[in-house]
Amino acid sequence: MRYLPKSAEDRAAMLAAIGVDSVEELFASIPEEYRLTRDLCIPAQHGESEIVARFRGWAEQNATGYSSFLGAGAYRHYRPVIIDSLIQRGEFLTSYTPYQPEIAQGTLQAMFEFQTMICELTGMEIANASMYDGSTGAAEAILMAVRVTGRSGAVVARTVHPEYRQVVTTALQHQGIQLAECGYATDGRVDMAALEAAITDETACVLVQSPNFFGTIEDVAAIAELAHQRGALLVVSVAEAVSLGVVRPPAEADIVALEAQSFGVPLGFGGPYCGVIACHERFLRQMPGRLVGQTVDRKETRGFVLTLSTREQHIRREKATSNICTNQALVALMATIFLSVYGREGIKELAEQNLAKTAYAAGAFTKAGAKVKFAGAPRFNEFVLDLPKGAEKTLAALLEKKIIGGLAIGKWYPELGANATLWCCTETTTRAEIDAAAAAFAEVR
Amino acid sequence: MAGRKATTHVNQNEPLLFEQSARGKRGYRLPKLDVPAVDAAKLLGASARADVGALPELSEIEIVRHFTRLSTWNYAIDLGMYPLGSCTMKYNPRVNEAVARLEGLAEAHPYQPEALSQGALAVMKSLSDCLIEITGMDAITLQPAAGAHGEFTGLLLVQAHHAAQGNARRRVLIPDSAHGTNPATAAMCGYEIANLKSNAQGMVDIAELEKMVDGETAALMLTNPSTIGVFEPEIHKIADILHAKGALLYMDGANMNALCGKTRPGDFGVDVMHLNLHKTFSTPHGGGGPGSGPVACKKLLEPYLPVPVVRETAGGKLALDFDRPQSVGRVRAWYGNFGMFVRALAYILANGPDGLRQTTEDAVLNANYLRARLEGTFELPFPTRTLHEVVFSDRAQARLGVKTGDMAKRLIDYGFHPYTVSFPMIVPGAMMMEPTESESKAELDLFVEAMQAIAREIELDPEMVRTAPHTTRLQRLDETAAARKPVLRWKPEQV
Repeated sequence: MRYLPKSAEDRAAMLAAIGVDSVEELFASIPEEYRLTRDLCIPAQHGESEIVARFRGWAEQNATGYSSFLGAGAYRHYRPVIIDSLIQRGEFLTSYTPYQPEIAQGTLQAMFEFQTMICELTGMEIANASMYDGSTGAAEAILMAVRVTGRSGAVVARTVHPEYRQVVTTALQHQGIQLAECGYATDGRVDMAALEAAITDETACVLVQSPNFFGTIEDVAAIAELAHQRGALLVVSVAEAVSLGVVRPPAEADIVALEAQSFGVPLGFGGPYCGVIACHERFLRQMPGRLVGQTVDRKETRGFVLTLSTREQHIRREKATSNICTNQALVALMATIFLSVYGREGIKELAEQNLAKTAYAAGAFTKAGAKVKFAGAPRFNEFVLDLPKGAEKTLAALLEKKIIGGLAIGKWYPELGANATLWCCTETTTRAEIDAAAAAFAEVR
Repeated sequence: MAGRKATTHVNQNEPLLFEQSARGKRGYRLPKLDVPAVDAAKLLGASARADVGALPELSEIEIVRHFTRLSTWNYAIDLGMYPLGSCTMKYNPRVNEAVARLEGLAEAHPYQPEALSQGALAVMKSLSDCLIEITGMDAITLQPAAGAHGEFTGLLLVQAHHAAQGNARRRVLIPDSAHGTNPATAAMCGYEIANLKSNAQGMVDIAELEKMVDGETAALMLTNPSTIGVFEPEIHKIADILHAKGALLYMDGANMNALCGKTRPGDFGVDVMHLNLHKTFSTPHGGGGPGSGPVACKKLLEPYLPVPVVRETAGGKLALDFDRPQSVGRVRAWYGNFGMFVRALAYILANGPDGLRQTTEDAVLNANYLRARLEGTFELPFPTRTLHEVVFSDRAQARLGVKTGDMAKRLIDYGFHPYTVSFPMIVPGAMMMEPTESESKAELDLFVEAMQAIAREIELDPEMVRTAPHTTRLQRLDETAAARKPVLRWKPEQV
């Protein structure tokens, strides 16, 4: 086996040093009746070229050469090539969690830079070193709000990503937390009257997403005011992080649960992505996950360490703020490099291109006979489109032309009808692709 | 650029990104906009943002140098041995990285039509089939994002099973030798935690277990081999005691690298377990993640698996099945850390059945070799036969005033990553070592020599060991100060 660095003589010499005759003796503690005496039924050893060929075959069975208007929580942004060249340095790729700071300063300093960038972008005071993803981060943010307030209920907007809402429901089901849903108004944003009615004195927090699942931007300040009036916190989930380049940060929120996939992380069929929780400093002790802090060594040289670990499971066990251990460090590093490349001006310009493409597409599709829903509200790079000739039929016709159209969302929002679809344009979407999709609408009978 | 000065090694003195930023520098160029530009302030109104704050502005070469310089401050598997116990820091094959970046896999959107996702679904199905065979279980979900997330998912299945039997049960038993994630997870599932004391050998006390298991016991969370590296000799008796009272056996699969191809948890009575693809199946640890924590279970728990599951349709196509009324729900958006599935499957294909078995044998051989060579120098708290890892105690050295943590730091000066310090908690002054199969005899011999040299140094100059490391860019860092006055982000006014 080519990954194993031992000759037969090495193995014999080591067995002799241990004082056993065969390797089998080392497994003597496994009761005989449970020892596997046959080969596992898995594919035989592959040569490296065979492995590559096999995965190439699988890769080709997926969509390649299609233009795509899919978003809905997973966004196709251009990934600068230095991201992959840098994260594939073995010192980043093959290092462990930085519990030994003297030999992990590279990872620690990069995480400190990540935490800083997330604070700048979200308008929060502190950020952790990452969570699994946006969905689990949202659930953890609610748990945090419950610990902070000592209350036991949460109001979740229906405009939060349906899969995030499912994860929240699953994660909180055994915590005795009452979840209430709040609907949306005719402009596709949180129904403020319904929200006001849903918040009670037992509400620990309100969870909204902005831009929300329909792509429209919530009035975070007004929602925060409603929540705060009743002593509840506001948790804002951000699934499309590039929006922060041009959309006001949710600074009135108490906790922000961000999905950083948009910052240079490949779509990768849904993962690995990169969640992160940012919040006000006063909630520091309730923060889940790892935190990197600045300190000095004996010679007063600046350095970084994992800190405040008395919140975490390896110290606090069942009283920890979360059971999370392994996080998404390497993916957070991708995001850090992405944000270094674009920087203060680039992230804005990038976001503006998303805005422009989306505005153009909404106009072109409207002209082609489709109807943009919630047209009155501000939006970032997604919109809900009603396909009057039938969503199923229209999307199938587009596929014939190698266009993957928007996502049918009727299964989650039956009230929007069977023809509601969610479309996304990013800086990678070309005018030609938008025009081709618009032209294809016209041809559907 | 505060504090920056030229040194003999400029890469030893790399500032933060923010400290190198200057207005007007650029590391990007966007393509020319091919649609009419828009006025963001007009489109977004009150929601428009004026300034994104202090993100750095740098050129491409500065960014490349910055992260390359930072990388040289890290230790890594690619540099040498990482004997961390229960962490299974093995070689991360580069072909895994290559196939994970194939366009059709890396650029696949999780919502693209099923007919155009057959390759991605085939990867998931193939990996699932392999892992089910390796564990001897009946069904699996790949959705959990890491080991602790897998534990959470596994306990949700346990809870759903008991609830369906009419009593959700309220207690989970956890040995005192367990990883911290076990009790933290049980708490997140709303369980009461009962601490199961280990016996004199550090193993499950069968008599104590028998006393503790009752009609309110949902499960025992057991790490096997245990965190001291020992296979539970009476594993089936443990399963029988639980099953007789309707309780289930959860296995923490952190130590699966000791078992692959030699024995199967499904055959020795385990009902549900998680795997760590970033341990046993070679996906890179990346400085702390991403991981992946698939959960395999027996038939009785299958109905409760998270949605969706991959299944084969009558027409021979693969499909995502969402229609599972008894499911516990979803534990993560989409299907899990798919990129890790690709890497783990590439690893399994590279090994085949004989390679996986040889890997396990070499991992166990390496740990036993370390144990044999170091046994005279360091105290072995339990004489029991160990598999893939060995735990020593610092008792002999602590008498001279040098503790496990000090020796671990001194190892850094010898070019090795420290072993695991002070865990498991049932061993005072624990020194826990798992070399994995990736180390050659020569590397192990060097490690042994380093450990023996440290033991001698303790007799001659304990203070030198207590103040190690001495050869790193930074010396021991003040962790107390970091926690007392937390500085968790850079601020402009620091300049």
